[in-house]
Amino acid sequence: MTEMLETDLPSFPMARECPMHPPAEYREIRKQEPVSRVRMPDGQIAWLVTGHELSRQLLADPRVSSDRLHPNFPLALTTEQRKAFQDNNRLNFRRSMIGLDAPQHGVHRKMLISEFSVRRIASMRPRIQEIVDQSIDDLLAAEQPADLVEHISLAVPSLVICELLGVPYEQRHGFHEWTRKLISRTTSGVERREAAEALNDFLDDLVTRKEQGEPTDDVIGRLIARNRETPVMTHEEIVGTAILLLIAGHETTANMISLGTVALLENPEQKAQIVADSSLLPSAIEEMLRYFTIVESATARVATADIELGGVTIRKDEGVIVSGLAADWDETVFEHPDQLDFTRGARHHVAFGYGVHQCLGQNLARLELEIVFETLFRRVPTLALAVPAADLPYKDDAGIYGIYRVPVHF
Amino acid sequence: MHITADRERCVGAGQCVLAAPAVFDQDDDGLVAPLTLDPGSGEQEAVRQAVNVCPSAAIWIDKE
Ligand code: SF4
Repeated sequence: MTEMLETDLPSFPMARECPMHPPAEYREIRKQEPVSRVRMPDGQIAWLVTGHELSRQLLADPRVSSDRLHPNFPLALTTEQRKAFQDNNRLNFRRSMIGLDAPQHGVHRKMLISEFSVRRIASMRPRIQEIVDQSIDDLLAAEQPADLVEHISLAVPSLVICELLGVPYEQRHGFHEWTRKLISRTTSGVERREAAEALNDFLDDLVTRKEQGEPTDDVIGRLIARNRETPVMTHEEIVGTAILLLIAGHETTANMISLGTVALLENPEQKAQIVADSSLLPSAIEEMLRYFTIVESATARVATADIELGGVTIRKDEGVIVSGLAADWDETVFEHPDQLDFTRGARHHVAFGYGVHQCLGQNLARLELEIVFETLFRRVPTLALAVPAADLPYKDDAGIYGIYRVPVHF
Repeated sequence: MHITADRERCVGAGQCVLAAPAVFDQDDDGLVAPLTLDPGSGEQEAVRQAVNVCPSAAIWIDKE
């Protein structure tokens, strides 16, 4: 490896080449140095993994930690934002699976996996179809141009996750706004703390009511009941878990619906393929997940021992960002990664992460995306963007990529 | 072909069920529950894919 002066290191995050493509630098870095060094916004140096196999290798390695309180954990935040994040235990995911390591991580995860099995999720199809149909009715009744994000992208997963968790849907405006602030890189430490506390108070209240009253028949209610039988989580950890499920359940899917819809509108041939043959949808969705890989920050880690990876040694206590987005555009694994190819069989993408932390809600996300794309293009064949795709407000400032508003007419 | 599934390592992502539904299922706890340990020749490609996508190396082929 060529030694670079620390001041010459590329900064992370890097800018996207265009709204639909990863940063152009990824291609070069992956070829030259698939495990390279970058400078974070707070000045820290971290490793960046951009190769597909190396990414899977590291994420499956038991010698990496997800502890977001570690002083070297790579966070795409400034020093001030980082301090607010790490000092506030309501904000730093310390109390939910995403921030835990073995063995506690496995204990928490096992409390929930039955709720998200393939069969359990498949049984939700009729209700999700109803929700999607209702949302499309709303879109069609709205004044044009209407915002796809408001009526479909955010509405569908928010209602689905609210019903699943037992969270009142009427309160969505609050948690949408708090989530937006928590995910944006431009919100100050103070704003983040306020948003985290508001979200925490909201779910703390809800969990407390469920703990005190009759157990409710929803994921949080059942988690509380299960935890009563085998106590492994504290009240705070149940609240933390509820926060994680609520954020992950609506924000990620919402962004995938927006990006996927825009991509299909911009690629009429691909759109025609899935309209003509809905059995193509599952593989089309894997391809869209690969193509966008919207979450880059959840796959950061800290080494707990020296790890040899791709010709370098990551030392104990050094931070590593595993860029799923870079990995999913690795041309040695996905030929012509810039082409949306619904027949490529992209199932080995890492859009949901890899290793023990791989997304628990992935099959719910798949089902929602499938029903939305199938129903939307069948019921609204005239759907079109009201502004050029290049001019949409993309979330370049957020830890989860997406689009803020998508004005459409039909 | 003979396979092994280690429920201790399984993290319940269900990727195996999606890749090879005739071979893998999840039980009531959400953990991997193979329907057979000796998949027939028609299933072997799907099993290989399941092994490739399992995030926690909880399933593997121990005899081709
Ligand atoms: S893919 Fe692996 S981790 Fe997921 S359910 Fe199957 S065996 Fe378990």
